[in-house]
Amino acid sequence: MNESSWLRAVDRPVCPAAADAASAQDPPRAFGNAARLGIKVRGLRKSFGDMVVLDSVDLDVEQGTVFALLGPNGAGKTTVVRILSTLLNPDGGAVRVGGFDPVREAGRVRSVIGVTGQFSAVDNLLTGAENLMLIAGLCHLERQAARRKADELLRRFDLADAATRTAATYSGGMRRRLDLAMTLVGEPRVIFLDEPTAGLDPRSRRTMWQIVRELADYGITLFLTTQDLDEADRLAGRIAVLDRGRIVAEGTPGELKQRIPGAHARLYFADAGALERAAGVLTGSSRDNDALALRVPADGTPASLTALLASLDRHDLRPERITVQACDLDDVFLALTADPRQET
Amino acid sequence: MTTLSYAVRDSAIMLRRDIRHALRYPLMSLGSVIVPVLFLLLFAGVFGRTLRAGLGAAVPASGGYVDYLTPGILVMTACSSAETTAVNMSMDMTEGIIARFRTMAISRTSVLTGQVLGGLIRAMISAILVVAVALALGCRPTATAIEWAGATALFALLALAVTWLTVSFGLLARTPAGANSLSLLIVVAPFVSSAFVPAATMPAGVAWFARNQPFTPIIQTLRGLLTGTAIGHDAILAVAWSAAIAVAGYLWARSLYNRNRA
Repeated sequence: MNESSWLRAVDRPVCPAAADAASAQDPPRAFGNAARLGIKVRGLRKSFGDMVVLDSVDLDVEQGTVFALLGPNGAGKTTVVRILSTLLNPDGGAVRVGGFDPVREAGRVRSVIGVTGQFSAVDNLLTGAENLMLIAGLCHLERQAARRKADELLRRFDLADAATRTAATYSGGMRRRLDLAMTLVGEPRVIFLDEPTAGLDPRSRRTMWQIVRELADYGITLFLTTQDLDEADRLAGRIAVLDRGRIVAEGTPGELKQRIPGAHARLYFADAGALERAAGVLTGSSRDNDALALRVPADGTPASLTALLASLDRHDLRPERITVQACDLDDVFLALTADPRQET
Repeated sequence: MTTLSYAVRDSAIMLRRDIRHALRYPLMSLGSVIVPVLFLLLFAGVFGRTLRAGLGAAVPASGGYVDYLTPGILVMTACSSAETTAVNMSMDMTEGIIARFRTMAISRTSVLTGQVLGGLIRAMISAILVVAVALALGCRPTATAIEWAGATALFALLALAVTWLTVSFGLLARTPAGANSLSLLIVVAPFVSSAFVPAATMPAGVAWFARNQPFTPIIQTLRGLLTGTAIGHDAILAVAWSAAIAVAGYLWARSLYNRNRA
């Protein structure tokens, strides 16, 4: 993107409404001026019927940072995004997005945010270019400026060749890119990305990560939800873990990793005797007698595995099979929630 | 620009989107044009002679059954067009693009207004086609230019009313098929009106319904304007019913569109 202007610096809004919102000098006093274009949430509650979806959620996202809300299906992530993006009213709590209340000042919140949902918000019957022109029109861009903007975004998101095809013919990755491009037309200062890489192939996923990093470089506040710890780790400066409507942990990726168990290797042996002796050799390991397996902390690098095998070899011990498991979301929840799920 | 001009502009953009859909996928709109033409051909061409004989004095001596029938078919045209809008609206709601519109700082109901205006245009085009076929079948309207203008205005008002109503159906139904089923109610309603035969020829209970349902005064007014039959107070009833349905449909649609926030 270098010198291209597909994204202007954040202080140059295009939507007149956005300019209006940015120039408003009366941020709610309760939250002060500091995080005007960030997000603040206090005691957020939401129930659907008898089901409590969000139970007193607190969140702080500073302006210009990337924040990841991590959690499994049904944790309430999408509900949080829907409330912050004015699609849903909360039952209680205080919320400010860009300094505005999504309930009482929905229009102002809408003028500073962009949302890319889990399910692509593109018009399948229109072409890529038409989709962008549609949004540009709704952002009240003049025709020429709109066309320029659409061309820039199509080029930037590698969709120029597909510009005249209807979105219905796009692959999952292309559709997601078009979706995000449409979100960027209005030059939002706060962007919500609800599971931006769910269902994407690894290559599209990496492209998406790259785009998110570039957005972050432009000082846009990014709020993303994900089920993938690795994704949150790669992209976010701060992560909050949401479990059954409650924030169970919050911090930088480094802080969270200190609180959760690392990766481990499982060594499978031929008989109980070998398992017994290996357990004696590898201190800090735990035994699974039924599976004849030994669980050993290991970060999964070849060097660590070589060292592990060498120390066994010195005692003439050779495991039949080794599996290495990275720390995954289940480990996080095991470590962070009082009520652990079944181990996998 | 003022809020109103933004609303107009947003609605115009949504209308352009709807027209683009219709032009790209003409089959979606074709059904709503063909159905009323088929009914016209069926009732005028196949059953026409028998119905004409049965109606006797209800039809002006000089006119054929097609003269009696055409105003009723025009009402069906508006309803059939509105049915398409219901399906389009419902399909739209299943797409993520609506969620995007809801999170944008645009005129809130422009999505709905765009659909309604698109539906109105579709209805007008269908009506022109229906009138052309009716003329080809021997329909001989006696209307003056002013009466044509009046009939056109009433038809537009009716189309607007039933389209706002079916936009609500589209928002209410969870699926396009559901929206279609709900809309069938208003597509078949003209059968129990003065569209095909006078209410007076029906069994007592049915006749009472036919006489008092909203489509009958509208059909009677269109018939009066086009073929010179007596209109009386039907004109006022026609306009009142249409306006009432339009306003109710609009308010209902708006509240359905906003309901998800609760």
